[in-house]
Amino acid sequence: MSTVTNEQVETRVVEALASFGPDPSQITRDATFEELDIDSLDLVELAQIVEDEYGVVLKGEDMKELKTVGDAVDLIVSRA
Amino acid sequence: MKRRAVITGFGAVTPLGVGARTLHERWAAGESGIADGAGACRDFEPKEYLSVKEVRRLDRFSQFALVASAEAIRQAGWGEELPYDPFQVGCVIATGIGGIETVETQHDVMRDKGAKMVSPLGVPQYMPNAGAAAVAMKHGLQGQMYGVVSACSGGAHAIGSALRMIQYGDADAVVTGGAEATLTEFGFACFNAMQALSPTGISRPFDARRDGFVMGEGAGVIVLEEAEAAEARGATVLAEVIGYGSTSDAFHLTAPEPSGRPASKAISLALADAGVTPVGVDYVNAHGTSTQLNDAAETAALKLALGERAGDIPVSSTKSAIGHLLGAAGAVEAVATVQILAERIIPPTLNYEVPDPELDLDYVPGEARPLTMNNGRPPVAISNSFAFGGHNVSLVLRGV
Repeated sequence: MSTVTNEQVETRVVEALASFGPDPSQITRDATFEELDIDSLDLVELAQIVEDEYGVVLKGEDMKELKTVGDAVDLIVSRA
Repeated sequence: MKRRAVITGFGAVTPLGVGARTLHERWAAGESGIADGAGACRDFEPKEYLSVKEVRRLDRFSQFALVASAEAIRQAGWGEELPYDPFQVGCVIATGIGGIETVETQHDVMRDKGAKMVSPLGVPQYMPNAGAAAVAMKHGLQGQMYGVVSACSGGAHAIGSALRMIQYGDADAVVTGGAEATLTEFGFACFNAMQALSPTGISRPFDARRDGFVMGEGAGVIVLEEAEAAEARGATVLAEVIGYGSTSDAFHLTAPEPSGRPASKAISLALADAGVTPVGVDYVNAHGTSTQLNDAAETAALKLALGERAGDIPVSSTKSAIGHLLGAAGAVEAVATVQILAERIIPPTLNYEVPDPELDLDYVPGEARPLTMNNGRPPVAISNSFAFGGHNVSLVLRGV
C-alpha cells in the first residue's frame, strides 16, 4: 500500500531536479526532461535519490520511458 | 617554412586571484598567494562564473579550466561564432592528477551508503580529460581535443602539442593549457608522504634554505592561432610560441637526473626549434620548485644549455608567489611569461634571501626589474617545466 502522496513525491522530485540546474519555475508536471536539459546522468541521480528516500528501485529501462516530470512522479508513486 | 603559432589570448585562475592580469601585477609587486602552507584559490567562487549545472558537473580542476579558458577566448576576441572552421580548432588541457576531490567524495559515498549510491557523475568529473572536454563543449571546439598527462610538465606539454598541431596544419587555432585542484586531505597526505612539501610552508626557490615545494591550485590557458590566419582576421598578437623541446630523464620516479643533462637537452632542443642562440635569450621563467633537488638540477641544466651566457640571464620562479600548481604550472607560467614579455617587467623570485653557494645564477632577488634586450629586438624567454616521472619540457616564447 502506498504510503506517500502524489504531492509529496512531486515536491521531492521538483526539489531534486531544481538542484540539477533548471530554473525551479519551469519544473512543472508537463515539462519534458528535454526542455529542462535533464539528461540520462541526471535521471540516474534522480533514481538514486528516489531509492534512498522511498525505497523504489528505478532501472535504466524504466527511466528511458519517462518524458515528463509528471511521468516520473506517477511511476514513483505507483511503485512506492 | 613552418607555420607559426601566435598567442592572441590568455587567462588564469591562481592563488593571486581570478584573472591573468592580477597574477602579473601582484607577483611583480612582490605579493604572495600562499597562506598556511598552500596556494589556494581563495577568491574563486565558481557560481560567479559558471551555471548551476556546470558547477555540479565539473570537478574543481575543470571549473578552473573553464574560467581561465573563457578569459583567454574573450581576450582573443572570439565572438559567439568561432573565427575558424570548428573542426580546425583544437583543445588540449593538461592535468597532473585530475579530479581527486571527486574521487575522495565518491569513495566516501561508497563506504557510507554502498556502491549503488556512487554518483553517475563520478567518472565524467574525475577523468583527467574532463577539463579539455568541458572547454571544448562550452565553446564548440571540434578539432583535436584531449588531456595531457605528464605530472608537473603537463601544462607545458599541452602547449607544445598545440604548437605542433598548428605547425602541422591539423588546427588553425588551439585553446591550450593546464588545470589542477589537489588541495584535498588525500592530496596533502600523498605529497607529504613523499616528503616533497615544504614543512615550513615557504616557497623559496634557489634559496639555500629551500625545503620543499608548496602545493597550489588553479589553471592557465592560452589561445594559439596560426600567425597568418590571426593576422588576416585582425587579431592582436600578444606573443609567439617559437620553440618547444622535450626529453625524458629515464632515471628515477621522482628525483631529477642530478647532472641536469636531460633537462638541458630539452632546453637546447627548444632553442634550436626556435632558431635562437643563448645570446638571444633575455629571461628564464624557471620551473624553480623550492626543492633541493630540482633547483640544483635546473641550475645545472641552464648552465649546460646556455653556456657562459647563463649567468647574465635573469631567472625567476613564479612558484615563489603561487606555489606549485602541478599540471597547471607550465601553463600558468607560460601566461606569466607572456605578460613579462609584454610588460617588459620581470617579477622577482620571492623569499630568495640566502644564496646557495652551489647555485650561482641571477635569480632576480628582492624586487621586480625591467626586462632588457640586446639590440632592441623583441624579447625572448624560456619557460621550463620538469616533473615526477622524469619529464622535461622547455618552451621558447617571443614578445612583440
